[in-house]
Amino acid sequence: MPLLTLRESQIMKIHYLTGIGALFFVAIHILFRLIMPFGQSLEYENVVANYNNVYYVILLELMLIFISIHGFNGLRVILLELKQTPWWESIITILVLAAMIGVIAYGTRTIIIGSGL
Amino acid sequence: MSEETSRIKLRVFRTNYNKSDSPYFDEFDVSVKRWTTVLDALLDAKCYSDSSLGIRYSCRMASCGSCGMKINGKPRLACYTKISELNDQTIVCEPLPNFPRIRDLVTDFTQFFAHHKKIEPYIQNKDVSTEVTEKDELTEYKQTPEEVDNYLQFSYCIKCGLCYSACPTVATDSKFPGPQALSQAYRYLADNRDDGGSTRFKIIDERHGIWRCHFAGSCSNVCPKGVDPALGIQLLKGHLMGVSKHDKKVASMRTKDE
Repeated sequence: MPLLTLRESQIMKIHYLTGIGALFFVAIHILFRLIMPFGQSLEYENVVANYNNVYYVILLELMLIFISIHGFNGLRVILLELKQTPWWESIITILVLAAMIGVIAYGTRTIIIGSGL
Repeated sequence: MSEETSRIKLRVFRTNYNKSDSPYFDEFDVSVKRWTTVLDALLDAKCYSDSSLGIRYSCRMASCGSCGMKINGKPRLACYTKISELNDQTIVCEPLPNFPRIRDLVTDFTQFFAHHKKIEPYIQNKDVSTEVTEKDELTEYKQTPEEVDNYLQFSYCIKCGLCYSACPTVATDSKFPGPQALSQAYRYLADNRDDGGSTRFKIIDERHGIWRCHFAGSCSNVCPKGVDPALGIQLLKGHLMGVSKHDKKVASMRTKDE
């Protein structure tokens, strides 16, 4: 599996870039909330309306992907330190990768349903 | 001129792991002067109170790195720490954390040296033979003072293990090379006589390698020789990420005519 054979520096490069990217997208996301009073922006109609804006949908999807990659790799790094056996390293990498794909898939499904695509 | 003497209490961690004794602290009253070091006080206790006290030491001048121990909660060299600078009437000496213990204050450095050896801490240059049989085969590199400055501070490492014992990652991850080995990897990367950078990158760029450093910085805080291993590790990460250039020009050799 090519993902399992990535060098740690390549994984960490992805980790840092997704972290910076997530920070950028979350900042835009917060700015979107400020175009109207915060409480009003969370009302049902306004939230649904957001999903009909294609740029906002792309932003949400990118946020989901970047935060998931960054967050799940962070979890992998923490769990790697618990044990130092090749078996543990492989199982943790596979489980974390599977969980990450699961979260991205479920989140994407929610975004697609919400946007009515 | 007579120097003023005072008495302090020396609390020393005692145990023998071969005999499965429960660890305990022994207390010794020691007479000290302004310049007395912790090693002097320990040797005083060993000479006049309990000869079975286990200590490792050699040079007494912070050159050999043998007498590292935790003194009043911080890893230090016993020969380089004066009692007067600790500002305490009770001095607590314990073995270095993150090292397997042997007896009393003596710890096992096998794993530490294995990590050091693994990063191949010697000059590698494909143009120069490492096996020299005749005097004529000896070569000399040309290096400017500025090129020496690139790695000089990292070459002051005496392998005392204080940084290794202070590292929180080493405490949880036994495969992590530790700050000493990683800073030595940078030392040879920054040395323009060496061209073995790519070999060392492969060694340290693994699951339990350099990326497990969380930059706590405690290694640099305890180094008795002023080395900054945390800086070396960050610079090395920069090279691995490709944000720092490592297109160094390998030093040329001095010819016989020069």
